[in-house]
Amino acid sequence: MRRLLCCTLALLLATPLAAAELDVTVRIPEQEVAEYHRPYAAIWIERADRSVAAQLAAWYAQKDSKEGAGTKWLPDLRQWWRRGGRGLSLPVDGVSGATRPAGQYQLKFVDGQAPLGTLAPGDYTLVVEAAREVGGREVVRVPFTWPATATQHLSAQGSSELGAVSLDINP
Amino acid sequence: MHKRTLKWIILAAAVATPLAAQAHKMWMVPSATNVAGADPWVTVDAAISNDLFFPDHHAAPLDKLVIIAPDGQTAKPQNAATGKYRSVFDVELAQQGTYKLALVNQGLFARYELNGQKKRWRGDAAELATAIPAGAKDVEVTASSSRVETFVTNGKPNATALKPSGQGLELVPVSGVTDLVEGEPATFQLLLDGKPAAGLKVSAIAGATRYRNAPEEMTAQTGTDGRFTLTWPHPGMYWVNASTQDDKSGVKQASKRRLSYTATLEVLPE
Repeated sequence: MRRLLCCTLALLLATPLAAAELDVTVRIPEQEVAEYHRPYAAIWIERADRSVAAQLAAWYAQKDSKEGAGTKWLPDLRQWWRRGGRGLSLPVDGVSGATRPAGQYQLKFVDGQAPLGTLAPGDYTLVVEAAREVGGREVVRVPFTWPATATQHLSAQGSSELGAVSLDINP
Repeated sequence: MHKRTLKWIILAAAVATPLAAQAHKMWMVPSATNVAGADPWVTVDAAISNDLFFPDHHAAPLDKLVIIAPDGQTAKPQNAATGKYRSVFDVELAQQGTYKLALVNQGLFARYELNGQKKRWRGDAAELATAIPAGAKDVEVTASSSRVETFVTNGKPNATALKPSGQGLELVPVSGVTDLVEGEPATFQLLLDGKPAAGLKVSAIAGATRYRNAPEEMTAQTGTDGRFTLTWPHPGMYWVNASTQDDKSGVKQASKRRLSYTATLEVLPE
């Protein structure tokens, strides 16, 4: 019994009590326009060489259509499309989702769990891209280092198609 | 002069003039270079013009259009039509990957004098023997070989359609061809009959020339490996061209062969 307790303690010490988390907050701003369509948006993590380390979210029209749901316009998320979006077999569980109306969205990603998976230690960038039909396109980037040794709050500000983007890392 | 002959002479002038930057330019412009979805199509304009990319001179003939699908097989254009200044056609991108659209012209061009009059003729090797009258003087026959290309990718790019044929002047993309971004260097290789074409000048001109005063031509030189690199100053459709000449006409009457290669490439914002 004592031996079992020791083992349990050792395990507890060896692994963190909770897995590290990335909390992403994205604001989709309201647009004062006559013709409004919700933006397509993608959130992903890039390595230092700009390859994709993790696909976190892709929001696009889910309605069925002859042209293939909303997938026809996915190349409008130009960076995402080029950097790896076009290689995905959509829909991806936990990544694909419907477009969102204007507002603030909080997304939680857990180390070791899909869709974040396990990041090797290194420098990364959180990338958020939004493209709106008959509107504009914007990319907001938030660089970070993984793993973090202390809680971190990082942020960047969009100016047209995106509002504030923040990244909270809980080690 | 026959209408057909006139057409070929305009075409020959557009594709085979060594001073390409000063000649009429032949091009194809697709409505998109990156597409997706369940049933993607592109529509393509093809013309010979002065201004890029405004059809202002002559429609590009579509009889030599070759579409190579991502599996390496040929695909058919649809809804093709030729107007006064412009030809158009649609391509249904039924496969995933990169399509190559090419106007491939090969032929002979002759100048001669008959009874004191200057004459011109354009045709192929089989017609040459009977095309030039017996009394013709100062006969000069030139072979020409040209490719005018553009590229469209459905989904993820692949390179099967980009394999060179080994004939004439051809472009092999090294760092992508439908993946070009402003400010990022893009490398290509030029081949002449399948071998690296060294020391050729390559020029690139962005479209919308009507709306600026200077042509803003960029140039690059191919290395011994035939490679050249261009860095795009801004997004847009670019007309990329190289030309050369040699003595490998393949026809004994023709001492010279003029070759040209043109691609329309789309550069997107970062």
